[in-house]
Amino acid sequence: MEHARPARAPLGDGARRGERQARVNTGGRRLTMKSGINIVVCVKQVPDTATVRKLRAEDSTIDREDPNSSGVLNELDEYAIEEGLRLKEAHGGEVTILTMGPAKAAETIRKALAMGTDKAVHLMDPALHGSDAVQTSYAMAQTLKKIGFDLVILGSESTDARTGLLAAMLAERLGVPQLSLANKVVVDGSAISIHRVTDYGYDRVESSLPAVVSVVEKTNEPRYPRLKEIMAAKKKPVTTFGIADVEIDPGRIGLAGAYTEVAEFAVAPPRAAGVVVKDEGDGGVKVADFLTSKKFI
Amino acid sequence: MHRLSEEYEALRKSVEDFAHDVVAPVIGDYYEREEFPYDIVRQMGRMGLFGLPIPEEHGGMGGDYFALCLALEELARVDSSVAITVEAAVSLGAMPIYRFGTDEQRAEWLPRLASGELLGAFGLTEPGGGSDVPGGMRTTARLDGGEWVINGTKAFITNSGTDITGVVGVAAITGERNGKPEISTILVPAGTPGFTVSKKYSKVGWSASDTRELSFSDCRVPAENLLGERGRGYAQFLQTLDEGRIAIAALSVGLAQGCVDESLGYVRDRHAFGKPIGAYQAIQFKIADMETRAFTARLAYYHAAEKMLAGEPFKKEAAIAKLVSSNAAMDNARDATQIFGGYGFMNEYPVGRFYRDAKILEIGEGTSEVQRMLIARQLGLNDL
Repeated sequence: MEHARPARAPLGDGARRGERQARVNTGGRRLTMKSGINIVVCVKQVPDTATVRKLRAEDSTIDREDPNSSGVLNELDEYAIEEGLRLKEAHGGEVTILTMGPAKAAETIRKALAMGTDKAVHLMDPALHGSDAVQTSYAMAQTLKKIGFDLVILGSESTDARTGLLAAMLAERLGVPQLSLANKVVVDGSAISIHRVTDYGYDRVESSLPAVVSVVEKTNEPRYPRLKEIMAAKKKPVTTFGIADVEIDPGRIGLAGAYTEVAEFAVAPPRAAGVVVKDEGDGGVKVADFLTSKKFI
Repeated sequence: MHRLSEEYEALRKSVEDFAHDVVAPVIGDYYEREEFPYDIVRQMGRMGLFGLPIPEEHGGMGGDYFALCLALEELARVDSSVAITVEAAVSLGAMPIYRFGTDEQRAEWLPRLASGELLGAFGLTEPGGGSDVPGGMRTTARLDGGEWVINGTKAFITNSGTDITGVVGVAAITGERNGKPEISTILVPAGTPGFTVSKKYSKVGWSASDTRELSFSDCRVPAENLLGERGRGYAQFLQTLDEGRIAIAALSVGLAQGCVDESLGYVRDRHAFGKPIGAYQAIQFKIADMETRAFTARLAYYHAAEKMLAGEPFKKEAAIAKLVSSNAAMDNARDATQIFGGYGFMNEYPVGRFYRDAKILEIGEGTSEVQRMLIARQLGLNDL
């Protein structure tokens, strides 16, 4: 096993393409890695973006049992799973799925296992209902402390709430570095480096493991579940924890104590008609101005 | 009865997603260029579609023939060229080697066929004979110095001329038994001297699939390339074709359902006389009929597959499934094209492609007339 190497300034085209260097201090934490990487991928069941999504009138939380809106594995989590599987294929180890959600979230666990991950942990407890990002990160961190990890991978956000906060909050609670918005992840011994996508190119960020990484959708091409793994998924271990199992304080979770509150909600208005640019000699400029205003150029 | 198990449903969904995300965006261009979609085939290989009914010890996915049918239906909902590529490679190419091959033949070919690294093909039809076997068969193979010497021509052979074609099972007359031609199947690896692959046919449909005429001129392969027993060729491909009918039925149901999918989208968006055309009963009834055809045809192939997997006789059920589902595909393609009006006649719309792809389903792997003959025979009408 190779050990952490000091960060090195990038040479050549990386710098030309706007690469910046950052190094995160890990405080010399010891790794649990013995053979391969112990990877935990956090996933979430979300309402299918292709269907009409609803909030429940009584408490403004997402209706996760709505029969008209099937629950699916959050699309961005598929990239996280794929990255975990690729790192496992390259370095050995294990990929564990961690999800928090009601019983229905087991569907998402099965999909994640069918992609080829090894086992799953399902944090399920009625007391968790309505937890916001701060509370969720607490509950997830408690679970991660219990099950152990070298590397936690998440999608950069979920397609339901879209807060994109969990990776940062988890890293803080776990006291490990966060390497966010990665479109490339490289593990070398107990060192990890990522490319973080930016408006100007990318930053190269390095740290040692253990760490938390969030990935964006350009990271890889998630695999489609194959029949062999679909059939094998049934036999893979799924551990269900209630809040007491991972020492979650019931006072720090749930709708009643949430730090955020949905004050009101409304159905999004139908999309307005697009902007028509009439070319009166300055059409090109107008189009360019429009694209600039939308940050396309 | 016909509810899919959790595993079948997960596979179906996985292939549905794949067809939607990977095949749909690019297949129209391949079709237009009549180009074989190597990149899609590679990805289908990666997700195990070529190994669905093949056991894991031979490099397959360890599923069954019904799993293959579900995958074919979902592929054909989006495109039939890629579906027939898988169907021919697995059902006609790999499965006869798995069922009838020696351990050596299985070891040589199955892992690479099951992974999609190589494609298999089966050469039965000839320019002068399709359903009329052995009467229309002219291809011969004779043993000479420990080798088969093959002469003859095969027509309309799917997957036979791609860059990754590995092996073709060739049905040939190998002698005479009790005054009747003796038919055997011989495995001919791609690139064997004397085995010539002609240029691609220009076809009405299935334009992104590979279909060729093959000719054999003193083509020599080792005696051990005989597939299964000498003289069992006829029985072998009757079994292969009975199963293949269920696979073609699944493919037909996919096309029929694809016509419904496309039409449902179009009739919401397209307006005429102040309303979406889907609000008119003339359109609603057409789509209701289309859905009904796809649904009932699906039940027919599920039923045939269920009997086959249970080890029960399924010849009649397979023929019924193939007959009813190819009818459904043809009728739905016609109706969907009508719903799309002028756009339906344009190649850039999937329904135009569906229309061109539907006709062959009433012809390939046993014409509709042959299916009716088989059904009538199973009802005992041949004894009258």
